[in-house]
Amino acid sequence: MSTVLTVLYFAAGLMFTATALLAVARIVRGPSILDRVIASDVLLTTLLLVIGAEMVVTGHTRTIPLMVVLAATAVFGTIAVARYVSKQDKVTASPGEQDESAADAPALPVEGGDR
Amino acid sequence: MTSNDALDLAAAICSLLGAFLSLAAGIGLLRFPDALSRLHAATKPQVLGLLFIVAAIALASRSWSALLALLPVLLFQVLTAPISAHMVGRAGYRTGNFRRELLIVDELENAVDEATREAEEAGEQVEDRGVGPAPSA
Repeated sequence: MSTVLTVLYFAAGLMFTATALLAVARIVRGPSILDRVIASDVLLTTLLLVIGAEMVVTGHTRTIPLMVVLAATAVFGTIAVARYVSKQDKVTASPGEQDESAADAPALPVEGGDR
Repeated sequence: MTSNDALDLAAAICSLLGAFLSLAAGIGLLRFPDALSRLHAATKPQVLGLLFIVAAIALASRSWSALLALLPVLLFQVLTAPISAHMVGRAGYRTGNFRRELLIVDELENAVDEATREAEEAGEQVEDRGVGPAPSA
């Protein structure tokens, strides 16, 4: 019985790890700040789920307050960024013609001239 | 198999399902073509995945008080996930951060055109909507 549980927990842990890595990959690759903010939202959700799964595996309930706080405040970062983007951003190309490389243009003013 | 074992197994399966939804979001995040479809993938674990994990915690701890303490988590997430998704989707549409050829119907286009035209006729900036002339900054 406990072998089955171990295998199930291990599989869940692998899935969470893969999700976190994929989300980080999307954060790195972008291309726009919206993709990054969506990916970091997924990363935060994954963290929330991992905290919960950790409680299941080790059989305690001490980190429930952490989950409550995370769930309550996760929204602010996303809203702030999305709000800033819709205020500041201009449509640079007509959306129909935008391909991956055109979408690569930074959604925010570029800091420094490294692009 | 005792009932304790059954509950443990159910908790493990629930957390595995939550992890699976999370993985689906990760894969969708990497594979989907534009921000709006990535948004679709990202919202899967936010509610259903969390529901599974909360059920798993309640099953594993076997206490009603734990479930009661976890209800605010679900409540906050269910209340705030649509808000953030709405804001990101709105910003994504207005900044043209999606592939128009993937859309089947675009009901917002006329409304945005209308708003832009009205703003131009009124000759005033509509900074807040983000469709008018850009702010001087």
